[in-house]
Amino acid sequence: MTTTKSDALLPAQGIEAPRSGRIDPKYLRSGSSKSGSFEMAAWVFMRVSGAALVVLIFVHLTVNLLVGEGIHQIDFGFVAGKWANPVWQFWDLTMLWLAMLHGGNGMRTIINDYAEKDSTRMWLKSILYLSVIVIIVLGTMVIFTFEPCLLDGSGQLLESSPSFCQNV
Amino acid sequence: MTQTKGTLYKGREGMWSWVGHRITGVGIFFFLLVHVLDTSLVRVSPEAYDAVIGAYKNPIMIVGEIGLVGAIVFHAFNGLRIILVDFWSQGTRYHRQMLWTVMGLWVITMIGFTVRHLMLFLDGWGGF
Repeated sequence: MTTTKSDALLPAQGIEAPRSGRIDPKYLRSGSSKSGSFEMAAWVFMRVSGAALVVLIFVHLTVNLLVGEGIHQIDFGFVAGKWANPVWQFWDLTMLWLAMLHGGNGMRTIINDYAEKDSTRMWLKSILYLSVIVIIVLGTMVIFTFEPCLLDGSGQLLESSPSFCQNV
Repeated sequence: MTQTKGTLYKGREGMWSWVGHRITGVGIFFFLLVHVLDTSLVRVSPEAYDAVIGAYKNPIMIVGEIGLVGAIVFHAFNGLRIILVDFWSQGTRYHRQMLWTVMGLWVITMIGFTVRHLMLFLDGWGGF
């Protein structure tokens, strides 16, 4: 069997034996490149988080939009009713973190692809990372500090409170 | 199977699914930023939250929601296709058939969602 030139253009990890030493080391995927392990982890994360997000978001859309009164049921009381249940708190928290990190990494990839100037890339990614951090921190704090049963100035429950507040 | 022109990738299913995945991904990302901000209004006051979330209940936004869900459903199904291309031993062989499967499932899902969303919207809509 002859080895053509095109074979040497496709170095793949784990099959070095037939032509080891014949590929310039800088084209090898194995070895100690600094960004290699991070990019590999990011690649795996996109697939794992993506599969989880399909379930998380499809259930989110079904519960909020397709059952009961659909879009008209969504108000303060609806959110309060959901977050009274720790399962929905955990559900929304997981969705928030995974979606922001998945979307943030996707945007990072797109910026790397299209912004050719070093300074432009740096600026766009700085804005991106700041936005992702702000949104994740804000969303997490909202979920954990949410108070469903609010009182007015005279100590009466607000009308918008969910019905379970009467029993508290 | 005949291939008339172009290359294996450029201008064909592989490229267009990639373009669709990018465009829907960017759109969903920006919606997500807005959606976390509007939900955060529950910490401001019930009135502030209800006023802003009320904006999602007018006919123009209903059309926008169908578009948003269309983007999400495509990104979700095509994302699962990408996972299969990467991890299933026959994935690269059937990536084109899987794209047409994605499009078929997308049409079915979107017909179901659109009908249900419009019916629920019209049921509770108070008019202009």
